[in-house]
Amino acid sequence: MNSPSPEAPKPSLTRRLFLGFNLTGIGALFAGTFVQTVRYLKPNVLFEPEPVFKAGAPDKYFEGTVTFLAKRSVFLVRDAKGFRALSAICTHLGCTVKPTPGGFDCPCHGSKFDPQGEVQSGPAPKPLACFEIRLTDSGELLVDTTRIVGKDFVLKV
Amino acid sequence: MARPSDESDATKGSGSTCGPAPERLGRPLPGGLPGYPDTDLKRSTLITGNLLLHLHPVKVRRHALKFGYTFCLGGTAFLLSLVLTVTGVILMFYYHPSVPKAYYDMEDLEFIVNFGLLLRNLHRWSAHGMVAVVFLHMCRVFYTGAYKPPRELNWVVGAALLGLTLMLSFTGYLLPWDQLAFWAITVGTNIAKAVPLVGPQLRFLLLGGNLVGPNALLRFYVLHCVVLPLTLGALMALHFWKVRKDGGLSGPL
Repeated sequence: MNSPSPEAPKPSLTRRLFLGFNLTGIGALFAGTFVQTVRYLKPNVLFEPEPVFKAGAPDKYFEGTVTFLAKRSVFLVRDAKGFRALSAICTHLGCTVKPTPGGFDCPCHGSKFDPQGEVQSGPAPKPLACFEIRLTDSGELLVDTTRIVGKDFVLKV
Repeated sequence: MARPSDESDATKGSGSTCGPAPERLGRPLPGGLPGYPDTDLKRSTLITGNLLLHLHPVKVRRHALKFGYTFCLGGTAFLLSLVLTVTGVILMFYYHPSVPKAYYDMEDLEFIVNFGLLLRNLHRWSAHGMVAVVFLHMCRVFYTGAYKPPRELNWVVGAALLGLTLMLSFTGYLLPWDQLAFWAITVGTNIAKAVPLVGPQLRFLLLGGNLVGPNALLRFYVLHCVVLPLTLGALMALHFWKVRKDGGLSGPL
């Protein structure tokens, strides 16, 4: 009916452009909904054990012992040099390792770690994590699992 | 019915040759029974126009009926998915996806509920069977070259269905909430963490936290009972529709 003649000025908003705007808008709407849905699925509050926790007075632990704090999956190791907090989570696929006379064994895929947490054998790619450990003002042990320290880290008491 | 040994029958019957010449469509067929549609066209519209009858194709090629060509693997996978849906829904009447109850509900199903042991094990073994059969179906499709044009899209849909089958298997693994379930999902989600770039976030979203706990159990339950089965159903519908549209089963090599 009103097909534009060659010399007629091109309309500023063509059908193609209009539909393009619409599609972009709908696409943005879907993308936004997807992003917000992912945000919805990310919990804001977790009811999990705190990553920083007190482990009681140092004299609770005897020298030469390895104490397993099951709720935290942490080993408190006390030797002649002092305290170390060693992660009980295998660096392979996250199972809990078990203390043995020779160090730590993972029941899932057979990784073996020495008493310092270094890999002896098995599929574990890294040594067991060592967490920062310090004393609170009241003299209690405080383990901070958000801070990973080198294997030389020792808390002298 | 097609009798593979009797080739002379193929010219007489209605549906035993593939793709009849168009001029045959309107012409009465020899040997028609009174009261039955007398042309190919009428016969096929009778089938396609009926909800129940259309589930079966109008024409089946002779080789497609040979057990040794398909080993009924796709059909078995579909049958198992039906068994899993029915037994799964029935198990849902007794199972609470919560940490204090999940394990004991599973034990009640095993020891107290009438037919609970049967239904739970039907679900369990069918799930194991479905993973195996879907894999074998994929092998069959590969070895008969059935992924080739025009069936490329259906190969991709089939690969997605394999992925969904594995995900259903994985999410169902956690629900008994025993030691095996707990450590399997600990290990499995740590494998998911190895995904490039988004791995750790993916694990966090999947578990609804940093460890396998109540959030993870509920999330796996919702995925297992709602999200994944609906996706599987939609993709299966597409898969079967495409089989028909691509001309039925592929031919022998």
